[in-house]
Amino acid sequence: MISADISTVLPEILLAVYAMIALVAGVYTGKDKVAPTILFLTAAVMVVLAAMIGLSGGGTTSAFNGAFIDDGFARFAKVTILLAAAAVLVMSKDYMLRRDLLRFEYPVLVALASVGMMMMVSAGDLMSLYMGLELQSLSLYVVASLRRDSAKSTEAGLKYFVLGALSSGMLLYGASLTYGFAGTTVFSGIISSVGEDGMSMGLLFGLIFLITGFAFKVSAVPFHMWTPDVYEGSPTPVTAFFATAPKMAAMGLFARVMFDAFGTSTAEWGQVIALLSLLSMFLGAVAAIGQTNIKRLMAYSSIAHMGYALMGLASGTEQGVEAMLLYMAIYVTMSVGTFAFILSMEKDGQPVTDIASLNMLSKSHLPKALALLVLMFSLAGVPPMVGFFGKLAVLQAAVEAGYGWLALAGVVASVIGAFYYLRIVYYMFFGDEDKAGIDGTMSPVLWVFLMGSAAIMVVGMVNLFGVDGLAAAAAQTLVN
Amino acid sequence: MDDLLREYLPILIFLGMAVALGLVLILAALVLAVRNPDPEKVSAFECGFNAFDDARMKFDVRFYLVSILFIIFDLEIAFLFPWAVSFGTLTTVGFWSMMVFLGVLTIGFAYEWKKGALEWE
Amino acid sequence: MTVADLAFYFFAIVAVVAALLVVVARNPVHSVLWLILTFLSAAGMFVLMGAEFVAMLLVIVYVGAVAVLFLFVVMMLDVDFAELRAGMAKYVPIAGLIGVVILMQLTMVFGSWHMADGAEAARAAVTPDAAEVHNTKALGQLIYDQYIYLFQAAGLILLVAMIGAIVLTLRHRTYVKRQDVLAQMYRDPASALELKDIKPGQGL
Repeated sequence: MISADISTVLPEILLAVYAMIALVAGVYTGKDKVAPTILFLTAAVMVVLAAMIGLSGGGTTSAFNGAFIDDGFARFAKVTILLAAAAVLVMSKDYMLRRDLLRFEYPVLVALASVGMMMMVSAGDLMSLYMGLELQSLSLYVVASLRRDSAKSTEAGLKYFVLGALSSGMLLYGASLTYGFAGTTVFSGIISSVGEDGMSMGLLFGLIFLITGFAFKVSAVPFHMWTPDVYEGSPTPVTAFFATAPKMAAMGLFARVMFDAFGTSTAEWGQVIALLSLLSMFLGAVAAIGQTNIKRLMAYSSIAHMGYALMGLASGTEQGVEAMLLYMAIYVTMSVGTFAFILSMEKDGQPVTDIASLNMLSKSHLPKALALLVLMFSLAGVPPMVGFFGKLAVLQAAVEAGYGWLALAGVVASVIGAFYYLRIVYYMFFGDEDKAGIDGTMSPVLWVFLMGSAAIMVVGMVNLFGVDGLAAAAAQTLVN
Repeated sequence: MDDLLREYLPILIFLGMAVALGLVLILAALVLAVRNPDPEKVSAFECGFNAFDDARMKFDVRFYLVSILFIIFDLEIAFLFPWAVSFGTLTTVGFWSMMVFLGVLTIGFAYEWKKGALEWE
Repeated sequence: MTVADLAFYFFAIVAVVAALLVVVARNPVHSVLWLILTFLSAAGMFVLMGAEFVAMLLVIVYVGAVAVLFLFVVMMLDVDFAELRAGMAKYVPIAGLIGVVILMQLTMVFGSWHMADGAEAARAAVTPDAAEVHNTKALGQLIYDQYIYLFQAAGLILLVAMIGAIVLTLRHRTYVKRQDVLAQMYRDPASALELKDIKPGQGL
């Protein structure tokens, strides 16, 4: 029994063992001098594991008495998480090295955070959910304040930690209420304890507290207030990491709990998530307008995007989950490209984050400006780009699940939100030349990620490389 | 369950005694002691100065590092108790799972050591 | 009312009052001391429920270690708590409102307190019979075998905590002289000392 269980969690074990080996190898050899090697090795291991998980195929297996579930949904999320983490690691090398931040613990912590994220999306039990979540969060708190001599970075880490601890507390409170009323922490047990006459009041409260905790983790309004400060204060590569893999993991976990543990009461949680989605879309769209710092802007943008992804989840249907997964995969790809550009924003060797510095970028660096234009259009959801198809899928799912009002609100919010994405484009192409601010040099690695991401946004409108099919298959394993 | 609680009864009585005795002593001072304060008696005595500053001062962060590393090993030992108590009935899996756990923590310990976190300097 | 009931009410009241005093105490050090009292009464309640191990853990880990850490943090922060507290009065109304709302909601939950039909049986199914094995032993039989996945995850979390504490706080001081034990032991008097015979009246 134990050997079968171990082979089910093999990817997680491999990554954890790798992280420990890298830690010891790093500290007993050159310490921070070997950090670039460890960083690339970590990224390579992640890509290999992603390939291993993606190609393993197979059906649904559960291990450790239901605490761990390996199914299509988990595999889809894990592949996205691992690839995003690997991409961000590779992108961060130059930036971290130049600012003397590249310590060999950084890739190790990112790897351990990824183990936590993989545990999250595979959780089949409230306890394993919490363990995965804490493993992820604890590593993220540390990397957020990696630049420990900067007040902003430590502030970011501290804020993230305090609010993260608060949300974990809510989550645990919900989990204990759920356990108290259902008598078990295993998802399959919880779902079977819900009788025909619907949920008991206690279980409902447990569910709401759980949702509150998750909403914190995905930074949905009204539990979003940490996001802009943490995004702004953390070192930019860490911000890029926050915007990609953990978002996917938290969304995956959210969907996992809602469907596996409370799948029979879609109506109860659907309306709560619909409200979260509505508020997130509007606040993300409106609050970003006043931002001049591109990292804060991306923070509000991520809040808005989480709103759209939650719309898919709120639908409570297979189609909704499929749309959510597709949306998240597209969002992660767009974020990687956009952050590749943000990482290259420098003036005289110093990082700049003011969006006014992008003025007339098109004149000096046309290809890059065009790539960013594509990404901004895609983030805004302007029709031909792939970002539009993501939004379309979510809206369709919402309409078909009877959330027409939510879909309508989503359209309105996306029109409002388009303003600030287009403003960046305006700066780049029609801005004021006197205010031009960045050097525009870019390392080849970042260039590849920027162009690659932009190319996917264009090519994807013809063919989504089968990601939609995979998302559909993944959604099917979760909902049934 | 009742047997278990009966074993704790002496501790409860002890706690009760401790609280009662503490209260009695405090209250006795309140009731019996002669109090006749005047401004000179209650003013700062030593060297004749009032306190300049808060008594609290900044600690070096190294104290914190030592104590947090202590807590981590403290927790590790906490996990050893039930393992040791049920050692006779443990399965092979149970035995080796603790070995792996200790292995992970040993890796952390090796890292700490080599990194120099255990040196005071 | 048995002694156990009395003890429960005693610990429960002490826990709630001490928790309130944690929040309202003026001196942060006093807050930490009240917190220790809260932990101790919680430990007492765990004993009343028969969870000896958790009770002792609470005393060893929380009272013995975490509270000490809190004291450290309170000492380490150079913050004027009186000033921070001044802002509190401003937020008391809204905090009170939220508190009242949550309290009302929890009363609602308490009012309709009925568990799922199989809840009690499901709870008992995973643990060994309480009449045969005592609490700590039962935990030992569960944690390392049935919950091995969670146990190993806990190990990883502790590892991350260790790495995190070192990454964030450890600074390598270059200006201090360190003791190098090996170098000391390998030091050879023959190569370190040189005897010179200096004639009177001459310099070296």
